[in-house]
Parts: sequence; structure tokens; C-alpha cells
Amino acid sequence: MKKVGIFLIVICMLLSSVGCGNKREIVGTLTVFNYGDYIDQDMLDLFTEETGIEVKYEEALTPEEMYTKYKAGAINYDLVCSTDYMIQKLISEGELKELDMSLITNKDNIGERYWEFSKSFDPENKYTVPYFWGTLGILYDKTRVKAPVDSWGVLFNGDYAGEIIMQNSMRDTFMLALKYLGYSLNSNDENEVRQAQQLLLEQKPDVQAYLVDEARDEVVAGNAVMAVVYSGEAYLGKTYNENLEYVVPKEGSNVWLDSWGITQKCKNVEAAHKFLDFLCREDVAKTNFEYIYFSTPNDAVINSLSEEERNDETIVPSEKSTENCEVCVQTNADITELMNELWKELKSE
Amino acid sequence: MVEKIKRIISGGYLGLIVLFLYAPILVLMVLSFNNSRSRVVWGGFTFKWYQSLFENEQIMEALVTTLLLALVAAVVATIIGVTAAIGMNAMQQKSYKLMMMFTNIPMLNADVVTGIALMLWMVNFIPLGFGSVLISHITFCIPYVILSVMPKIRQMNMSIYEAARDLGANTVYAFAKVILPQIIGGIISGFFMAFTMSMDDFVITYFTKGAGVNTLSTMIYGEIRKGIKPEMYALSTIIFVIIFLILLVVNCLPEKNKKVEEKKF
Amino acid sequence: MNKKERANKQSLISSPYIIWVIGFTVLPLLVIFRYAFTDSNGNFTFKNVFATFDMIHMKAIIYSLGIALGCTVICVLLSYPLVMALRCLNLKKQKFTLFIFILPMWMNFILRVLAWQMILSNNGILNFVLTGIGLEPLRIANTGTALMIGVVYDYLPYMVLPIYNAISEIDEDIIEAAKDLGADGFTVFCKIIFPMSLPGLLSGIVMVFVPTMTSFVISDILGGGKVQLIGNVIEQEFTKAANWNLGSGLSVSLMIFVLISMAFTTKNDNEGKGTAIW
Repeated sequence: MKKVGIFLIVICMLLSSVGCGNKREIVGTLTVFNYGDYIDQDMLDLFTEETGIEVKYEEALTPEEMYTKYKAGAINYDLVCSTDYMIQKLISEGELKELDMSLITNKDNIGERYWEFSKSFDPENKYTVPYFWGTLGILYDKTRVKAPVDSWGVLFNGDYAGEIIMQNSMRDTFMLALKYLGYSLNSNDENEVRQAQQLLLEQKPDVQAYLVDEARDEVVAGNAVMAVVYSGEAYLGKTYNENLEYVVPKEGSNVWLDSWGITQKCKNVEAAHKFLDFLCREDVAKTNFEYIYFSTPNDAVINSLSEEERNDETIVPSEKSTENCEVCVQTNADITELMNELWKELKSE
Repeated sequence: MVEKIKRIISGGYLGLIVLFLYAPILVLMVLSFNNSRSRVVWGGFTFKWYQSLFENEQIMEALVTTLLLALVAAVVATIIGVTAAIGMNAMQQKSYKLMMMFTNIPMLNADVVTGIALMLWMVNFIPLGFGSVLISHITFCIPYVILSVMPKIRQMNMSIYEAARDLGANTVYAFAKVILPQIIGGIISGFFMAFTMSMDDFVITYFTKGAGVNTLSTMIYGEIRKGIKPEMYALSTIIFVIIFLILLVVNCLPEKNKKVEEKKF
Repeated sequence: MNKKERANKQSLISSPYIIWVIGFTVLPLLVIFRYAFTDSNGNFTFKNVFATFDMIHMKAIIYSLGIALGCTVICVLLSYPLVMALRCLNLKKQKFTLFIFILPMWMNFILRVLAWQMILSNNGILNFVLTGIGLEPLRIANTGTALMIGVVYDYLPYMVLPIYNAISEIDEDIIEAAKDLGADGFTVFCKIIFPMSLPGLLSGIVMVFVPTMTSFVISDILGGGKVQLIGNVIEQEFTKAANWNLGSGLSVSLMIFVLISMAFTTKNDNEGKGTAIW
């Protein structure tokens, strides 16, 4: 018992030695829901300093987790940042408020191209402001491939058996198979989805692993030759290993977009708009961009980049590479259910 | 001679198991000195993560929350768990079995299920925040306490306790003098297990926490997507070394007391 | 009569726990049951529970069962020699030695699993060592073997501790007496040590087998997502497919299944209550 006592005392000392922060004068609070590690935390402090609005910040890992927590209604979130198809779901369920664009004076920093992307899930650009975006493609080790990679075909022709890392995510994996077969990634055709699954089933013996966040590291470490990753991941991968190259296959791919919206439950609408306006401001967007290194839709920031950075596919995907790309939207309920079934079947094979 | 060989084999085997258990810890410790932000690239030796760790308010806040949570949860779970185990031991077989079944339930369910169930249930009467996480942690810690105390209680000789009571000792005194010494080993390992489980949990914490409450686990999971910050490796290393030193010191101290006690006999 | 009354009185002290169990285990469980027996429109159905018998789900359950059994057996086989070795070494600071087994759990779980991935991967530390000493590199990353190593690593302490706790209670005099009467080490183990360790072994089995059945993080990272445990399926239904009804249905039947198998162990446990086991 004595041992436990001493142990407790030491823990208490540890607890008290780590001091508490200083308090500022607070005029209001905002509860903000965002993905993990998806903002430079100093920017939240800066916002509080400038406006006196305190930010209660909550993080989620996946859009689905975000949705689960949001829908449980336990916490009144004022602002959420989520991905295209999840935003679409929130809009269709009437969870988002129409924005008052006149309050977001910095909105013109966001390029026309990205408002266009947004239209696939927010047709009139009424509910959301783009935050970050990117593509899905192949990150590969150029010293270990026989020919330059430009097609999803390298994943399916058996040349790199045992050296491929796929995404452990239903939508992303089906997406690339559908695209390879020449279909839309938002296909609502049962037959097309089944064909895609057949292709993936045949590919499974060649796949080394289905990973999510670790996929990039596996290629960086040389445990695999290629992996399907998001462009932002690819940028990080390239900084760690200069032999790596990233390509958006010519068949086209997925353009994903994370956007901010204000929820119906929001009580302090003015403050919420202030926050969105703050995020669009050039200096803030730039700091966030330099922290996250995903593609920013903020043209003001893009223009301030160096020539070399602007030509990097992983930082600013070119018009050409996104030519055949589509934004993910919700598929019909029965197709979603079918895809779930087929995905489970694929994984348990 | 045979004794000696036996000791060598025993020592060798113990060494292998310890190596197995500590191999990943070693990897993490090495990573805390890695100059590169990536876990798979060695960028040279550095101490900088230790410095930036203490400048990082968020991590420090999460550390305090994590320790406070684990401590309170483990203490409460140990008290409830030990009393529960003693009571259950005296129960009829049927009720004992039933209670054991309920004890196993939090371990039976996948964490996601427990987490979401608790969230949906608690939403009805308390706002999600530190309190709701604490309740959940206590809930899933109690079974570990019960399961480590139960074997000791089963082996315990109840008649000594009854004799003490017959001789006029009150309940508390008899408990402290007769039962406690017999089960203290189980209580300590139960307490530490509860503390450890609470420190390590992510899924249940995630679903039952409110905005602004962060533990180290929820922070680490949030970072997986973009690569775990090396500060986390540094923090883990520090925690590990501190605990190790505490255990070392604590275990050296009472040795003398014991010897004195032995002499008395 | 007096004794029975006393027992009843004694069992009262578990009432805080009973209240806690009802408030935070049983009632939240009812929430899960409600989802399990309704469809997405809230109508009563058995569909979700019966879905357990679908090919895909059966496969996952059988695979999980195999992993959980294998993990439990390996843990038992590793634990007994370990506990005997600790006895044999007769270390003065036995409690301290015990903490050595708990200590690794103080590093975050996900960090440890990721560290294992780095050790086992194709270009990883293990293969670096193996080729260094002139052996063939192993390709165990992203396989069932890696998964097994991961679960054994994670759950071994839960087996060692209760067994150790039970064995350390054995009176040294009994063993000495047996030896004086001519029993060799093996007989002592079979006739004294093993039977006396049974309560600990049973808690160990529960603490290892049950969580292994429902684990999913290890199979996602070390198994490379190529193997599907029932924990993965349930987790996916909740967090990815947003089908809480099916997820709950599977959970409920998994719970019933494990409870039944646990009923056997607690039955043995009761027979051993108080009296000699062998």
C-alpha cells in the first residue's frame, strides 16, 4: 500500500507542476469540429486574440466518426469542416445554415476553380467555404519501376505483385477500379460496381496490404514499390525520400474537397462568419498551408508560392491532371449498401 | 550444478521475454531522438523534440487530463472493484455467476460498441465532458480490478476473518488486518492495470468526450493521418523513464523495513 | 444459520458495484439491444442478429476464434515457464519484476503497434538483424503471423499477472514436503503448482481470449488489412458503413457466443471453489 501511496504522491506532484494557461478576456465562444491535426493551433490563439472569441476545438479522424458524433447531438457544434460527400449528406439533412457571403470579405481569395468543384455537392455555393483539397493517385519509387507510371493499370497487371499498398477504404478502392474500367466513380449501376469488385478480387493476391495512414510510410521506407495515397500525403512522402514520384493516372481519379459549414444549431452566427472570414485571410491561410501542406484553394496563397512549388503536382494539382477527375458524391442507398457488402466480401476473401 | 543450469535457463528465458516486450519500446525511444519528422527515415540525432515538447501547451494539457483521468478512474475502480469482489465471493453460486457475466460484458463488447452505447446513454442526463469520460473509464476498468483480485480472494481463508470478528474486531479493523494483507497483491496489480487501461484507451474516450477535452491517446490518433509528431515519442520516453525510476526507488526503500520486521520475529 | 446470514451481509458490500453495473453496463447495453432488434426504420426484426450466419460474417468469426484460441494457448505456454523461471530465480524484488510486465503498456498502444510494424516490415529492423547475421530475411509483414505476434505481445501481460499472483500464494512448505517425499520437479508442477494456479489461469484466459476476439486495430495495421476479424466487421459497420443496426446485431450475437463459452470456464471455477481441485 505504501508503494501505491508514494506513486500517487508523485503523480500528484507531476500534475501540479504542469501549470495552467493564462486567461484572456472572452466575449463569446465557438465550438469547432475539424479533422485531426488540420489547422495550425497558433491560428486559433490568434483568432481569440483578435476577436476575443474563444474556440473550443474538437477533432475527428474520419467523416463517418464526425457524423456519428455530430448526430448524437451531445455537443452543439457551431462550425464543422468535413469532406465533400459528408457535407452533401449534412446539407441534404438540413443540418447546415445558408452563409451570408457578404460577411466573408476574404472569400474572393478562394479561386473560381474551387467554387466550381464545390458545386458538385453544394450546387449554389450557398452553404460551404472550401478549406483544403487534393487528388488521389499513385505514389511510387521511380528507381524500382520498369516504366513510368501513368495508369491505374500498374495495380492490376501483376507486374508489381506483393509490392502494392491499397487504401483500406471502401470508396477510394472502388473508385479507382471504376475509373480504370472507364466508369464514373459515382456510378449508380449495379453491374459496373460488381465488375469493379471482380477486378479487385483478382488483384487481391498481388496486394501487400490495405492500409490507411501508414501507406505513405511503407513506400518511403521501401517496404513496397507503390501505394495509393492522397496528394498531400504524397508531398510529405517526397520530402522524406527523393526517389518518390506521384501521379494522377490518366484514366482520372477523385478530387476531394474539405469545406467549412455553419450548423443549424449555431447560436453565434456572426462569430462563426468571422471565423470563416479569418480562415480565408491570406496570412492565416498561408500559415495553415505551411503547417498542413495539402493543396490550398486560396489563390492569394498560391500566387505567393515559388515557381517550383507552384509546378508541383502534389501542392497545386494542374488543370490537366484533374481533367478526368470527379468529386465524390453520395450514391443511391441501395448501391451504397451493395458496395458495403462487396467490400466486406473482398476483405474476407 | 543442476540448480545453476536451471538458473541460467530461467534467466535466459526471462531475458527473451523481456526483449520481446521491450523491443517496440526501444524503437520508440530511438525515434524520440530522430531529427527527421518521419518515423521511417533516420535524420540524425537530436534533442530538439524534448525541448519543443515542453513548449507545446496542447500536449501538456492533454498529459494533465490523461494522468488525472487515469488516476481518479483507477482509484474509484479499485475501491468499487475490491468491495465488489469480496461481496461476490460471499454470494450464492447463481448470483455469483450472474455477476461475473455482467463483469465480463465491458470486455466482451468491441470498444466501438461500448463507446457508442455509453455516449448514447449518457447524452440523456449529463453533458459530455471530463465527467462522462471518467464514468466510462471507471466502467471499463472495474472488470480488470475484479479479475485480478478475485483469484486472491478465492484462495483466501475466510475463517480467519470470521475468527477475528468473533473475537470482537469490528468490520473495518478485521478487513484491514486480515483480508487486506492477503489480497493486497491482487489489489495493486488491479490498480495498475486499471490505470494502464485508462491511459491507453482511445475509442471509448473518443466517443464520450466533449469538445476541448483531449487525452494523449485521442491526440495521437488525431495525428496518425499526417504522421505522429516526434514530441509524442519524446513524451512517451519521459513518462516511461519516470515511472521506471519511481518503481526502482520505491522498490529499494521498503527492503530495509522488511528486514527490520523479519528480525522482530 | 449464522454463517449464512454473515455471507448475505457480506455480499451487501458489492452493492455499489451492482448499482454501477446497472447504470453504466446494463442500461447502455439496452441501447445496443434496441438497435440490434430493429431495422433502420425502427421496426422490430431478427435480421441483424441472424446476419451472423452470413458466409462473410461466419468466416470472420471463425478466423477470430482461431486467432483468439491461438493467442490464448501461446500466452499460456509462454506464461508458465516464465512464472516458474521467476520462482526459480528467486528474485528478491519479485513485485518489481512483475511491474516489468506492466510497464510496456504505459506507452501508447497505437505507438507500440506502429513500432511492431517497423520491426516486422520487409525492410524492417528484424530483417536488418537477420541479414546482418547471414540469415534469410523473413516476409512476415502484413500476414497472419504478424497479427499473431501483435496480439500475443499485447495480451501476454494479462496472462502472466494472474497466474503469477495465484502461484505466489502457494506455501513453499508444501512444495518442500512433496520434494522430501520424492516428487520430482515435473510431478510437483503437475500435482501442486498447476492445480493451485487454476483460478489465476481462468482469469488469464478471460482477460486474453475475450479482448482478442473483438480486437481490430492490430489486424488493420499488422495484418495489413488483408484479414478480417469480427471486430473489424463490427467496427466498420459502426464507423464506416453507418449501419448501427447490423453492427449492434453482430455485437449482440458475438456477446452471447462468448458468454456461452465463458459459462464453461466459470462452471469449472465454481467446482474448484474452496475445495481441492485435483
